[in-house]
Amino acid sequence: MIATAPPSTAESTRTAISRRPFLAVRDARKHYGAVQALRGVDFAIAPGEVVGLVGHNGAGKSTLMNVLAGTVQRTSGDFSVGETAIDAWSPHRAQGRGLRCVFQELSLCGNLTLAENTRVMHRALRGFGWRRRAGDAIRRTLDAIFPGHGIPVGARVADLPIGARQMAEIARAFSVTDEPVRCVILDEPTSALGHEAAEQLLAYIRKAASEGVACILITHRLDEIMAVCDRAVVMVDGQVTAERPIHGLTRAALVGLMGTIEAQHDRSREPTAAPSGAALVVDDPGRGPGDLPIRAMAGDIVGFAGLDGHGQRERLRALYAGGRRGPRPVAYVAGDRGTEGVFALWSIADNLTIRSLDSLRRGGFLSPKAEAELARTWAERLKVKAPSVDTPILSLSGGNQQKVLFARALASDAEVIFLDDPMRGVDVNTKQDVYRLIRSEAAKGRCFIWYTTELEELNNCERLYVFREGRAATMLSGAEIGPSRVLEASFGGGHD
Amino acid sequence: MTDATTTDAVLAARRLGLARRPWLRDALGVGLPAVALAAMLAVIMHIRPTAMSYFGFTLLFKLATPLVFAALSQMLVITLGDIDLSNGSFVGLVTCVTALFLADAPVEALLLYVLAVAAYAAFGLLIHVQRLPSIIVTLGMSFIWLGLAVILLPSPGGAAPAWLNAFMNWRPPLLPLPIWIALLAALAGHLVVTHSSYGAVLRGAGANPRAVERAGWSLLGIRAAVYAAAGSLAVLSGLALTGLTTSGDANIAPSYTLLGVGAVILGGGSFTGGAVSPVGTVVGALTLSLAGSLLSFLQVPPTWQIGAQGVILFLVLAGRILVAEKTP
Repeated sequence: MIATAPPSTAESTRTAISRRPFLAVRDARKHYGAVQALRGVDFAIAPGEVVGLVGHNGAGKSTLMNVLAGTVQRTSGDFSVGETAIDAWSPHRAQGRGLRCVFQELSLCGNLTLAENTRVMHRALRGFGWRRRAGDAIRRTLDAIFPGHGIPVGARVADLPIGARQMAEIARAFSVTDEPVRCVILDEPTSALGHEAAEQLLAYIRKAASEGVACILITHRLDEIMAVCDRAVVMVDGQVTAERPIHGLTRAALVGLMGTIEAQHDRSREPTAAPSGAALVVDDPGRGPGDLPIRAMAGDIVGFAGLDGHGQRERLRALYAGGRRGPRPVAYVAGDRGTEGVFALWSIADNLTIRSLDSLRRGGFLSPKAEAELARTWAERLKVKAPSVDTPILSLSGGNQQKVLFARALASDAEVIFLDDPMRGVDVNTKQDVYRLIRSEAAKGRCFIWYTTELEELNNCERLYVFREGRAATMLSGAEIGPSRVLEASFGGGHD
Repeated sequence: MTDATTTDAVLAARRLGLARRPWLRDALGVGLPAVALAAMLAVIMHIRPTAMSYFGFTLLFKLATPLVFAALSQMLVITLGDIDLSNGSFVGLVTCVTALFLADAPVEALLLYVLAVAAYAAFGLLIHVQRLPSIIVTLGMSFIWLGLAVILLPSPGGAAPAWLNAFMNWRPPLLPLPIWIALLAALAGHLVVTHSSYGAVLRGAGANPRAVERAGWSLLGIRAAVYAAAGSLAVLSGLALTGLTTSGDANIAPSYTLLGVGAVILGGGSFTGGAVSPVGTVVGALTLSLAGSLLSFLQVPPTWQIGAQGVILFLVLAGRILVAEKTP
């Protein structure tokens, strides 16, 4: 399916490795507080080599790329470019060495034209006639990578469709003024590209590699890795768990390398088939073809899985919005604590009871006694570690804050509870406590709709919708639920 | 997948077809206040045909010059997505320093200007490093500037140096001085902010700071430079104002803060950062300063003038929103 077949024989891979690496990190670590994003990564890339970096959400791929690009400082580890050991690294220095990056969330300024955006990257584009030179540089690269693209370089980025923006950003990374390009890191570069543009890009990556430009390709579309890379590097949990030459590697084997999470089968109840009829508490018909209807009964735990950002959260919010208009009380547990979960200046009790104020009213006023009672009961049930429920919520650890948010939903009268990836960055013990509680609450007849990016959590679900490209594409239930099936369904067939 | 590609292509074509519209949008951004300006002039000419002269224009736009500089200063700060609430009281402080020192002790006066600009830059750094909202920091600064000005000059007084006064009353050939200054300021602003390569980086930093940082620029440096430039323009505004009024007054220009913001927004700028037009800002400043004169010509009693000025501003801004809705 790719016009230029990659010369990715074992031989070329070997020669690539044996050459002196363009860039190498050893034992790179990155901590964000207690969260370890990178736990000692060794990585090297030779000039002209194309390396595919794969792994599930949160495996540390983007962190590694940010460390390499200088936008995030590593906590520890050796780093060398060419033969020089690098101590302090910054995007400016990285660019001076010919290292460029295409970030996942696009990094163009919407209010500027393409030419002006090119100028932002290239310091050499200044002085008289810079606009024309910048326009020429970006047009040349666009023409080389995406022949027939039809994007005017004078157009403002905000007025371009998302696909054209992505093409422009890729072209900007490959554009040359004074410094030659030596290595380009591409993070999900094809997510918004059409089929044809994606193939053009892959062909260009091979061509650039033959001219000595190294590429690191991070993508969930495994077919692209198979088509264009010399070597695949698999990351799991902030570590590189496997490195294989693409030659002789199958797609299934690559998926297998990623899914090393053990399955636990501790289901308390038999899986139920997709329900129908009057007992439904959630009934959403789906949006058009390819989008499965989502139905759930009282007592169900239904999971939303798939790669991050494939429409799970949007669907969850739509269901919640629908539920609020419906006859049954609903509650929502936010995953993004800081912005949509916690009232930062309030105490634990205030945060916990805000969803249940109606039931705490005594003669038109809130009863402080009932409030404290409710807060204490649920703080105890969830084992919130705090001296008292009057402690300010921000004095709690992240995991305990999340428990309070759970308690807020569970203490309410909600029959359907929506969970928006609530366990992100929460420690294992808290998770186990909460899983147990969710299962026991479900047994009492509450229904949970649970969006999660963590595969192991899906084992708590009886039924699972795997999302791809904005649609609930696959339904798995009961014994079908397992990391490999979920991964398979999330990656889908890639192209065609 | 072929389906997706064709829809992609169709969408691209449709959207790219619209890409010509932004020119229209930009033209309307500057054009609307320009139309408002022309309409006000027409009304004034109708009431008093003699105003249509070199002398008449000099009088009509006399007080526009300091507002033009103050508005451009505000524009720079708004470019970064910040807002400067200390602009007006800073201009007041500059008039006090000018009226007290510039004539007799020019070196000290210059030193004070430099210090004041450095303080502006330092507050910019503070806003950046501490991630404070600019609205809070500059509100606090406005009281600092006002306090300093009152300490220097408890009641209006002092005297502008004769040369400054003479310059502000100079009658250059062809066009009245305020018009020349407005034209030159608009041209300079356009060249620096809209046209130059550093202007592109600056506007980029206002719209998407992360992207600019990832491209290897120091946001800290950009913010400090912008605040210093804004301070310098505010100094120019204060100088021009002292030249016109010939004395210093701590409380002379508090209205410049919000008139400046009004001029920027009127001229097609927006608070989202990165979307400003120097030419539009200058036209906006002229429009707002003319609004006062128009109301006098219409014999609106002074009690009602401030309110009526607000109504004019409201009408023009409402017009902008209507136009913006019509042009996708």
